[in-house]
Amino acid sequence: MIRENVAGGKQAVLVLGCPQVPVQTSIALYLAAHLRKKGVVPVIAGNRAARLNAEVSDPDRHYTGTFIDLDRFIEDLADGKSRFNYYFTFIHNDAGISYAATVHSLTGATVVGLIYGEHFQEVADAIDFPCEKIAAHAVHNPMPLKKKIDEVLPWVVSNL
Amino acid sequence: MGCLESLNYEVVLQGASFKECRDYVRTRCSEYYDVDPGFRIFEKAVIGVPPVSIGLDGDTITFPYTKPCYGTFLVRVQEPDEADRIRRTAPGRKK
Repeated sequence: MIRENVAGGKQAVLVLGCPQVPVQTSIALYLAAHLRKKGVVPVIAGNRAARLNAEVSDPDRHYTGTFIDLDRFIEDLADGKSRFNYYFTFIHNDAGISYAATVHSLTGATVVGLIYGEHFQEVADAIDFPCEKIAAHAVHNPMPLKKKIDEVLPWVVSNL
Repeated sequence: MGCLESLNYEVVLQGASFKECRDYVRTRCSEYYDVDPGFRIFEKAVIGVPPVSIGLDGDTITFPYTKPCYGTFLVRVQEPDEADRIRRTAPGRKK
């Protein structure tokens, strides 16, 4: 399935990392809500724990929509079965960088990296592939990252 | 790589960075191949920052395995058929 053709509209995938950093779920729902307002359908990819955090936080699916297992998401990209208009990757550790690099390598698309956590600057500096970085020191309080999203999301949706 | 549990694997590095895994393979394995993410090892797409270095020592394959919550493991598996397939299909031998 080529996902960008589903429903004829644009789709964004939000690639979640490990949910150990508290702001991930709130930022994912916030981003999903704002993408919907801009006419972009969000799809959430993550491991079981990350998906369940988002599903339980949005039981009536006001913000989220389709969920995909992270391994399945990567396999579908590698097989060319799935493509999206936008790729948002949540990054707070080395594994997040690896997933973002993999998405970029498999699709050729510019990935938007949402970079947060205690060591956000160090993590951001370690990214040396094409990536639009939205980075802030956000661990328990999502506001620094929310403000950055508010600043750049209109540009991202218009230009990527 | 959901099938890793079905293999008889040895963990070489645990909680390592992608760069540490790459450096280990390049310096410790008798031959290595640089591949892009998505290259298949045991039928699963490899995750990583390109170039991803895959090591071979005879029939033994050394490769990174990444999970969101646990970072990257460098694992070693002895499997002659898969080692042979990598030699035949990986884009270029580096050592």
